[in-house]
Amino acid sequence: MKVEQISIFLENKSGRIAEVTRILAEAGVNIRALSIADTSDFGILRLIVDDNQKAEVVLKKQNVTVGKTFVVAVEVEDKPGGLHRIMGILFKADLNVEYMYSFVKPNTTDAVMIFRFEQLDKAVKVLKENSVNVIDGDQVYKL
Amino acid sequence: MIFNIDYETMPREGLEAIQLRRLQATLERVYATVPFYQKKFEEAGIIPSDIESLQDLHKIPFTTKQDLRDNYPFGMFAVPMDNVVRIHASSGTTGQPTVVGYTARDIDTWARLMARSLAAGGATSGDIIHNAYGYGLFTGGLGVHYGAEKLGASIIPVSGGNTKRQIIIMKDFGPTILTATPSYTLHLAEVAEEMGVSFRDLKFKFGIFGAEPWSENMRQEIENKLRIIAVDIYGLSEVMGPGVAIECHEAKAGLHVFEDHFIPEIIDPETGEVLPYGENGELVFTSITKEAFPVIRYRTRDISTLSTEPCICGRTHVRMTRVSGRTDDMLIIRGVNVFPSQIESVLMQIDEVEPHYQLIVDRKDNLDTLSVLVEVGERLFSDEVKKLQDLEKRISKDIKEILGVSAAVKLVEPKTIARSQGKAVRVIDNRKL
Repeated sequence: MKVEQISIFLENKSGRIAEVTRILAEAGVNIRALSIADTSDFGILRLIVDDNQKAEVVLKKQNVTVGKTFVVAVEVEDKPGGLHRIMGILFKADLNVEYMYSFVKPNTTDAVMIFRFEQLDKAVKVLKENSVNVIDGDQVYKL
Repeated sequence: MIFNIDYETMPREGLEAIQLRRLQATLERVYATVPFYQKKFEEAGIIPSDIESLQDLHKIPFTTKQDLRDNYPFGMFAVPMDNVVRIHASSGTTGQPTVVGYTARDIDTWARLMARSLAAGGATSGDIIHNAYGYGLFTGGLGVHYGAEKLGASIIPVSGGNTKRQIIIMKDFGPTILTATPSYTLHLAEVAEEMGVSFRDLKFKFGIFGAEPWSENMRQEIENKLRIIAVDIYGLSEVMGPGVAIECHEAKAGLHVFEDHFIPEIIDPETGEVLPYGENGELVFTSITKEAFPVIRYRTRDISTLSTEPCICGRTHVRMTRVSGRTDDMLIIRGVNVFPSQIESVLMQIDEVEPHYQLIVDRKDNLDTLSVLVEVGERLFSDEVKKLQDLEKRISKDIKEILGVSAAVKLVEPKTIARSQGKAVRVIDNRKL
């Protein structure tokens, strides 16, 4: 029920993201979703790709600092209050979200929300108990 | 004004006779009381009575900063703790600081030498001295303080920092002498300007600047901006503190070393060979009146030249040229001595940090800045911004706490720190003095 995400350290200077996308493109790695967190000095690029293993190897070969973390992918209904329902469940269970980002599920109008939790296992359990559709990693990579 | 006219203008023959007598007494004493020196002398096959002339001094082995560290904290003291009334120390990480002690008589000697220095720089008992050297373990602040009191001047112990308040004090109290690091002085001038205070309207006449490298250009800038006469002062805690040597305001051409208390030598830093007057090399000092912490042939790592050419001020003591550099990698940042190895050991105490770092020293608005670049390896990296920012803050705080210098920590990508022939370039000093 967990999704593997790779994260990359980037200095805040021009051409750094292009360098990463070039490496992935040349290796034939497809990006499913991404988000960037930035400060004045540096940024952290978080990616969900179709082949984590390959992405990690090619990036490391080019001296890119790569981290791996598990996140949770959740299906969010395309209607008002769709996301709020999920947030309410997390709030009630006292689950803190470290960060989140989303992408649209191909061929549907529904969104997939990626959550990073400190207490990942508890989050998965709570979400499932409340009938939220938690998407499996293998499924996400293939979307 | 010459504070101690008898000693400061003594003919060289008389001065050398005093030096020899005091040197012999110092050697006898350290041989009897400091195991380190006893061992060193024995290894060199000498006893104090072998030193029959000043020329014999070169038979004695050198003392290095590492020797002082090895005897941390009080191993080099030549008197019982009971007789020590003051302790100063240079910054340093565990096992690395240099600790020095003073007896009551040492403090008095130091005050007298600082009084001589202030007088040589233009101060009299009628002056008000604004002392912006830091007070604390650093010898600068208290060294000037006691000297000013000995001279009979009025001292304002303002210490470093809080620049706006310093300007207000300058305006309201009317100090006539400024003592500070040269870079902080230029910073004071800028802040004064921003506050609409003109140094023209202040009462300063002379300034005595030191504790960091500076240049003739900086002297001219300070003199023009502050409308004062600026002189250079030299000292280091291992030898005593400020007041080892001072430029006279009459000549402003080299610093008189108080030779009735210290014997200076210039050596070839590679071979250790003593070089004749006029040649450029590493300064070495032997203290000949200190009680608690005598140093014998201490290698300062400072590069200078000695000259006995007579001076227009009447002082007969040898002059050293402005220190032009170092023979090691020590940096002086805002008056604080920093070795790259000290920063390295701060970094290495943090588990996640790998030994890939670089120090960038610059001077912005006349203040030294230190940036520490740290490569982000896998162990350090986190996908969460706040964890990385916390790490930056932690490194910065540790450096400040241990070395006493503020540093901006910047995380950089791996392998981005320039490596020359496989060896990382640890320090980039962009300061133009």
